[in-house]
Amino acid sequence: MQDYLDELESQSIYTLREAYNRIKPLGMLWSIGKDSTALLWLIRKAFFGHVPFPMIQLDTGMELPEVYEFRDWIIKEWGFDFICEQCPPEEEMDQTLPPNTRAAARKTEGLKNLIGREGFKGMIVGIRRDEQSMRAKERVFSPRSFDGTWDYKDQPAEFWDQYKTEFPEGTHVRIHPILHWREIDIWRYTLRENIPIVPLYLARDGKRYRSLGEKNITVPVESNASTIEEIIAELETTKQSERAGRTMDSETEDSFERLRRSGYM
Amino acid sequence: MAKKEKTESAQELAKLGVVIVGHVDHGKSTLIGRLLYDTGSFMEGKYEELKEVCERRNVPFEWSFLLDAFQAERDQAVTIDTTQIWFKTKARSCVIIDAPGHREFLKNMVSGAAFADAAILVVDAKEGVREQTKRHAYLLHLLGLKQVIVVMNKMDLVSYSEERFNEVSAETEAYLGEIGLTPLHVIPVSARSGENIAAPSENMPWYMGGILLDVLDTLSPIPPATERPLRLPVQDVYRFDETRIIAGRIESGVVKAGDTLVFSPSNRQATVVSIEKWNSPGKIAAAGAGESIGLTLDQPIYVARGDVASHEKQAPMLTNIFRANIFWLGKKPLKAGLNYKIKLATHEATVTVQSIDRVINTDDLSRAERDSVQTNEMAEVTFRSRELLALDPYLENVKLGRCVVIENYDIVGGGIISMEGLPDLRQTMYAKQDNIYAVDHLLTGDARAARNGHTGAVVWLTGLSGAGKSTLAMRIENVLFNRGMQTYVLDGDNVRTGLCADLGFTPEARMENIRRVGEVAALMSNAGLITLTAFISPFQADRRKARDAAGTRFYEIYVKADLETCEKRDPKGLYKKARAGKIPEFTGISSPYEPPENPDLEVDTATHGVDACVEMVVNFILDRVRADANPANATQQIPPAKAKA
Ligand SMILES: Nc1nc2c(ncn2[C@@H]2O[C@H](COP(=O)(O)OP(=O)(O)OP(=O)(O)O)[C@@H](O)[C@H]2O)c(=O)[nH]1
Ligand SMILES: [Mg+2]
Repeated sequence: MQDYLDELESQSIYTLREAYNRIKPLGMLWSIGKDSTALLWLIRKAFFGHVPFPMIQLDTGMELPEVYEFRDWIIKEWGFDFICEQCPPEEEMDQTLPPNTRAAARKTEGLKNLIGREGFKGMIVGIRRDEQSMRAKERVFSPRSFDGTWDYKDQPAEFWDQYKTEFPEGTHVRIHPILHWREIDIWRYTLRENIPIVPLYLARDGKRYRSLGEKNITVPVESNASTIEEIIAELETTKQSERAGRTMDSETEDSFERLRRSGYM
Repeated sequence: MAKKEKTESAQELAKLGVVIVGHVDHGKSTLIGRLLYDTGSFMEGKYEELKEVCERRNVPFEWSFLLDAFQAERDQAVTIDTTQIWFKTKARSCVIIDAPGHREFLKNMVSGAAFADAAILVVDAKEGVREQTKRHAYLLHLLGLKQVIVVMNKMDLVSYSEERFNEVSAETEAYLGEIGLTPLHVIPVSARSGENIAAPSENMPWYMGGILLDVLDTLSPIPPATERPLRLPVQDVYRFDETRIIAGRIESGVVKAGDTLVFSPSNRQATVVSIEKWNSPGKIAAAGAGESIGLTLDQPIYVARGDVASHEKQAPMLTNIFRANIFWLGKKPLKAGLNYKIKLATHEATVTVQSIDRVINTDDLSRAERDSVQTNEMAEVTFRSRELLALDPYLENVKLGRCVVIENYDIVGGGIISMEGLPDLRQTMYAKQDNIYAVDHLLTGDARAARNGHTGAVVWLTGLSGAGKSTLAMRIENVLFNRGMQTYVLDGDNVRTGLCADLGFTPEARMENIRRVGEVAALMSNAGLITLTAFISPFQADRRKARDAAGTRFYEIYVKADLETCEKRDPKGLYKKARAGKIPEFTGISSPYEPPENPDLEVDTATHGVDACVEMVVNFILDRVRADANPANATQQIPPAKAKA
């Protein structure tokens, strides 16, 4: 009998195998955070220990040092193809965006450059529905138009685990294998599977990072959870939203929508 | 701490998906917003954020904005796309799925509702049952959702009237009853003011039933189909190293190491050496429905994505034809005769819409015979595929009993499969298991007919030169072909150059020519083709020989036109030459034509236009070749024609 984590895992493996079979070339955006590292683990589960497509970091040079350290260690430990894509500077972003949103938009541009150059047809992204109300409306296979934008007003029908896997030339698809997971599920799974994490998630001096973004636009939250067990206990009762520490989410009513529409994760 | 973890996980076991459906503006999103708020499930600052948004927009507070996060949704006060949001009742975690009610977004409604184990149908007490109330209810039925709660919303707008509640309840329940759904509860609420949602309403003392929050705990998740026969659709075959691993998810049943599996439709067999999962402690003895696994087999049989593994005794049906109850989301109508791609579990196939049997009007549930299905309509359709499909009737196996329809790049419909009255070709094709590699010896005419959707036939057109045999034959062939049928025309041109190249035009040579055509037509008919012949074949005796060669399904069609008309047409100038004596023994001029005494059909091209004649013959053929391919006659064998020898 499968427990609920097994069910979540099995669904994600199914999605990953569909993506790998239907879409080539494929890559995955690995932000090095807890979600995409759990997703990387799921990839190894799906492909029997192999990571059959590259992991991609959209690097702004602004991650915390612990993140880079963890990244280099995992790459050495697990061994897989890795692409580090340098994002264009903030000055080149849409200047009408609020400042923190503008900083986040660098990743969108980096991704566009990468896809334009490498011709990826599918990009696996570790977003979840419970993170943010815009992401809650995502599809598992979510097409992006020629310029990378998300036509959120006309998303494809998706049901019975049948996905949109064919596209006109020049477009690509985002694949979201952990869309149905919650934050607490990721932590329970990380604990159960013993998946390594960046230590910044664990509280030190009454603060921890709940969500890891660039150091200029992410702030730690108050917490005494210094083990994963304690994080899980904290999440069972918390009323704080996960991305409270992500300043760009709520700069204006539509700032996150604008980011996502133009291709942000 | 450890103990808490345990109870928490026990709750998680019973995770439940509940979709909220109903007509546009009846208050679905508001209901969810309010349910979450009243149970203290809002994140810190969320209420303040929404309040600020509403104030800035200068609108009264809208609970729906919790879900309706897109600017376009807030601007137009309508849900565009489905959302999923987590929520905890006393008993368990729920995923509440918001669905849009506007008809334009039905594809989004389906995309949400298909995830659900249960549904809440929201009906505006003032407006009553509306168009999408019914359409959504009908879709719940197609999506296999049996647990339905009706929520009668906006009771505040009808002064909390019990009478009005009873009236609309009766209307709603009557409709649901007709499609086989019985609501578990009907609850009068006011979503906006939070009455009967998480707390009882003081304004409706007459209501004795439970409030929504409590009633949610009477719903339960649909369990995995572990008890059903094994179905493992192959997703992929991996060769990352020397081991070949068959990857897939078990959709139903249980597989054990050591089991002998049969892969459909190829019917190849192999034994499971191991069940594979990465990083799994120890050997895996068995795996059940819902698990994504890998298999290694004892034999290197050819297995590919789309094949379905099962146990030999309980294999899926094999067929070229199936019926489906579909919902159509495409912008272009579905039409009979058109080809589409379908996805059935991991298998993709091209199918032809053989017929649209009924279009269902969800408003009054009336059924109409039409030749197309429009956007958002429901219909019963018969599909035919060239290749053999492995599937199950929906009632026997949900996952292998449904398919989606693709047009261009998009999913444009979904359907649940019925095989009622249709044969399982596994019986005819693989009658004896030990002969599976020698299928040819076991192939029957029925199997061919069932694959093609029609039997073979010889349609023998006879008539004077210029009567229109070739013209008709070519047109008929075209029409049949476009209907996805197997057909071919034999006429002077393609026979005289090869098969009968050695024959001249003496009476004996002409007789031999017709004899050979008759024999070849019989063979082609046995091979399953609707074979049309277009020869003058003036003598009854020759035509009788052709009929004997075919043995059965020989139809003599008299293409009639009086000599005068034919001579006037004279498409090849032959009459002129014959009149001038340049062609000896020309039928009708210098040689007799014996009209059929009892033709199976007579068409007069002198008095009817070509199209009318084509239609007559096509209908005549369809009536016969389809009726004969009807599963009701499936036991009827094509008698071994003597041409077989
Ligand atoms: N008076 C009254 N108004 C309500 C009630 N529930 C919802 N409404 C209002 O009805 C309108 C529509 O509500 P929504 O929740 O957006 O309706 P919906 O069913 O989600 O609509 P779609 O998703 O677009 O199909 C809003 O203005 C709500 O405030 C209620 O109980 N009483
Ligand atoms: Mg709504």
